[in-house]
Amino acid sequence: MSVIVPNSLSDALAALADNPDALVLAGGTDAMVEVNSGHRKPSHVIAINRVSELRSWTYDPVAATVHIGSGVTYAELMESPVADLLPALAEASRTVGSPQIRHAGTLGGNLGTCSPAGDGLPVVSALDGIVHLASVAGERSLSVHEFMVGVKRTARQPGELITGVTLPVLTGWQGYSKVGVRNAMVIALASTCLATDLEGRNVRLALGSVGPTILRCAEAEAFAATAVSFEARSVSAHDARRFGELAAAASRPINDHRATAEYRRHAIGVLASRLLRRAFPNE
Amino acid sequence: MSSVTGERISTGRIGDSISRPDGTPKVQGSYAFSSDLSAENCLWGATLRSPHPSARIMSIDISGAYRIAGVEAVITAADIPGSPTYGLISSDQPVFASDVVRYVGEPIAAVAADHPETCRRALAAIVVVYEVLEPLVDPERAIDGSHPDIHPDGNVIRRQRIVCGDPDIVGDVVVEDNYEIGMQDQAFLGLEAAMALPDDDGGGVSLYVATQWLHEDQKQIAACLGVPLSKVRLTLGGVGGAFGAREDISLQVHTCLLALRTGRPVRIHYSREESFLGHVHRHPVRIWMRHHATSDGRLVKVEARMVFDGGAYASTSSAVLINGVTHAQGPYRCENAVVDGYAVRTNNLPCGAMRGFGVVQACFAHEGQMDKLAAACGIDPVEIRLLNAMVTGDKLITGQIIENVAPVARCIRETAALPLPDEPVGGHDHDPMRLPGGAGRTADSSHIVRGIGFAVAIKNLMYSETFDDYSTARCRLSDGVVTLKFATSEVGQGFITIAGQIARSVLGFDNVVIDSIDTDIGSAGSTSASRQTWMSGGAVNAACIKVRDLLFAAVAVSHDVDPSSLTVDGGDIVDAAGVFRISALEAASGLSFDETVEYHHTPTEDLDENGQGNCHTAFAFVAHRAVVDVDPELGLVKVIQIATAQDVGRALNPLSVLGQIEGGIAQGLGLAVMEEIIMANGHVRNPSFTDYLLPTFLDMPSVIASLIEEPDPIAPLGAKGVGEPPTISSTPAIVAAIRDAIGKPLNRVPVRPTDIIGLSAFPSI
Repeated sequence: MSVIVPNSLSDALAALADNPDALVLAGGTDAMVEVNSGHRKPSHVIAINRVSELRSWTYDPVAATVHIGSGVTYAELMESPVADLLPALAEASRTVGSPQIRHAGTLGGNLGTCSPAGDGLPVVSALDGIVHLASVAGERSLSVHEFMVGVKRTARQPGELITGVTLPVLTGWQGYSKVGVRNAMVIALASTCLATDLEGRNVRLALGSVGPTILRCAEAEAFAATAVSFEARSVSAHDARRFGELAAAASRPINDHRATAEYRRHAIGVLASRLLRRAFPNE
Repeated sequence: MSSVTGERISTGRIGDSISRPDGTPKVQGSYAFSSDLSAENCLWGATLRSPHPSARIMSIDISGAYRIAGVEAVITAADIPGSPTYGLISSDQPVFASDVVRYVGEPIAAVAADHPETCRRALAAIVVVYEVLEPLVDPERAIDGSHPDIHPDGNVIRRQRIVCGDPDIVGDVVVEDNYEIGMQDQAFLGLEAAMALPDDDGGGVSLYVATQWLHEDQKQIAACLGVPLSKVRLTLGGVGGAFGAREDISLQVHTCLLALRTGRPVRIHYSREESFLGHVHRHPVRIWMRHHATSDGRLVKVEARMVFDGGAYASTSSAVLINGVTHAQGPYRCENAVVDGYAVRTNNLPCGAMRGFGVVQACFAHEGQMDKLAAACGIDPVEIRLLNAMVTGDKLITGQIIENVAPVARCIRETAALPLPDEPVGGHDHDPMRLPGGAGRTADSSHIVRGIGFAVAIKNLMYSETFDDYSTARCRLSDGVVTLKFATSEVGQGFITIAGQIARSVLGFDNVVIDSIDTDIGSAGSTSASRQTWMSGGAVNAACIKVRDLLFAAVAVSHDVDPSSLTVDGGDIVDAAGVFRISALEAASGLSFDETVEYHHTPTEDLDENGQGNCHTAFAFVAHRAVVDVDPELGLVKVIQIATAQDVGRALNPLSVLGQIEGGIAQGLGLAVMEEIIMANGHVRNPSFTDYLLPTFLDMPSVIASLIEEPDPIAPLGAKGVGEPPTISSTPAIVAAIRDAIGKPLNRVPVRPTDIIGLSAFPSI
């Protein structure tokens, strides 16, 4: 097994061009579990945590966007000012693992693994994030909805590196909720990100752990856009419940040893309804 | 690296809350655990395990493993020179399976190689052909005989009935229900690890291992190796928790066999997944109970049927069963009982010792029953427990008289009197982290309901049914330094700390050295059954008293005083009149003494066919009150506070006692709401800490504890064992609090979110 530790993006891309199927190692919080358990035996590893270009985020106030390098850790995303710009991402980051994991794990790693239980992904999905990929041949950007292909499958091609993601800074409440059978450090049985866009007058809802990838809920979102009052920050109890039912109906959970499909669907309904109430606290 | 033994601890006497010598190195990462051991020229060992819960082995081809460079040995059942089986109570478990496999994870072969990765490849190159059989996974089918015997010893490991008083009597009020306890794992953090060094002449072996009982391991290893006991020497490796899971043999025999075969040191470390398969667990149990009482709430009769799933091999199942059935009444007076208990064999993971040892399961059921009885009689749950609380001199359903201090009512009253949490749901600062769901931010305060629950437990201390689990200690005094030697496994419970406190108190010398913990001295018995403070503490105390008396005799001669008038006062030896005083150091100058003592508890009896007999040695008591917040819509729980009053006899080190109380509560909380090994048709679904959930800091409540100190005249130092009680009634207290919050029966632990909501725990088909 070879391990390459590039110090710059160009070195990283060159290394990846030489070994297009190399295991790209960022925080290692997913990859090393697989390696240590023997489920994955990489012949080449490219460790990118010293690539400084990937380790920062930038705010563009004119475009109202934040670009987050793929090497930015969850712990960094929990800190102001980025946490104030993207509060749902900060909340999602806080739910990831333990402090040690949050200091190692990165949003880029979350995207690269593309587990339906990845905690950052419902936020990126709800915000319609743009994923940036680079290779020696050039760069390309695509919507996160195109990027996520299936369970742990992405549109990333061999030789490509995830360099970052661009997220819009919305006006309006946003938050993240996740259910697990423990009060911290637990894999999501079901998770939801709700983001309101006061200017666009819409409500976005993304679901984690209840489908092959993150799901968006078109019907629930369309319903919410008409049911809520953006001015009064209000929604009726009945409509909040209805929103939850539509979200539950949009989920496509499976049964496994962690939870039944029925429980996951139920939990989605409860979470979606409660998040809508947090966004629109008035009746 | 630090080690704990050999360190000189110079302060702290009985009653002082001194901190443990292993505490700082463990926190700093410098403590040498068993897995940190290494030696020159050391090989790695690894174990091939069955993927099937039940199968016939048609053939084993190891030739592929030998073709891999770096592989030094491959061994199977054919390579065992001595007994092919081992076991704590009956020798029914093969070192390596040869004809059939009886559980997923059963060892079939072991390899020694130059590197763990070489081992992994070697295991993959061993070809085993199986004929897969239908596993026996339903304990009831082991009882009703509808499944063929899966072991020559049969499918029922033991059945024990208890019939006491009038079996036909009927109470004014009758409540009954079924209860279920899931399979809990001890989940110690320090995984199984051992290193074996062969003797130069190849005739014997030295094993460094994390274990609970060096001498029992030694006996079983020597039998399997076919060598005399003297050819197998054990030294305790640094232990990272035990909780019962290190009482049975796991990797000991394999490691020794590989070392003897290769003539080189061999070490084996289990992974977490392997650890889940490689040690015994808490028995999953199904219990039916029917309680009869007078209309004013006095217990008349307890009826119970208990089925303990022992898994594939006997381990300590028969003793766990005895604890279960003999504790069916709980800490309550009851003159009539009919109890029927089974420990059965299935193709599930083997089960054996875990903190609480059968009483955890019984307590969950009898405490559920007491709450039902309270409701049926219209009495407060605390009041009904007080009304029935047993006292010293009461007769148990086994006919045994409680001779110990039995402050049951005081435990209940003091627990009930401890302050309830004053903060509202979510805390005074409305921190969402403090709500059920924690970091997941699933709830707001308005979604939460609070509940309070109460539970009380009785727990036997030491071994039962004629077992003479004595302990040996040696005390040497030389140049004013006391050296203690014993084979007591320090598994994190803090015995080495209190051993020093005992010696300093008895002898008056500050400098106490703990010698290596190994088999160069007689047995100390197992670090289990809440017994080491009593047993090894008793042995250390007795050895120190012998040395002290010799010192007094010498002082009497040299200073012309009456030896019977001498006592130790701090660091001095004084006479009763207060006239004579000499520092212990000065008195011992130029003298040396060396005494070894065995401490035995009072003998016990076997139970007869009606479950009658003085089968237990001693008892301790405890009460718990839980306050929980519940999110009924999502089925999530946050335990807010546990209050407890525990009968400790005498707290030799109150800080250490509190550590046991907090740790035991964490383990009881785990069983209440999250910890379960999930098995499906004999296969383990969650053998990792990703899916076997242990409580985190955010799950652990604040604990307020009151130590009930009524020194027990039967205990050598007045001190009762304190390790198990905290984990026993904390579980039912938490479940009672959840019931109180949501008004549902909840007769199973762990309580799952689906149980709280009222959804099925299983997929609809």
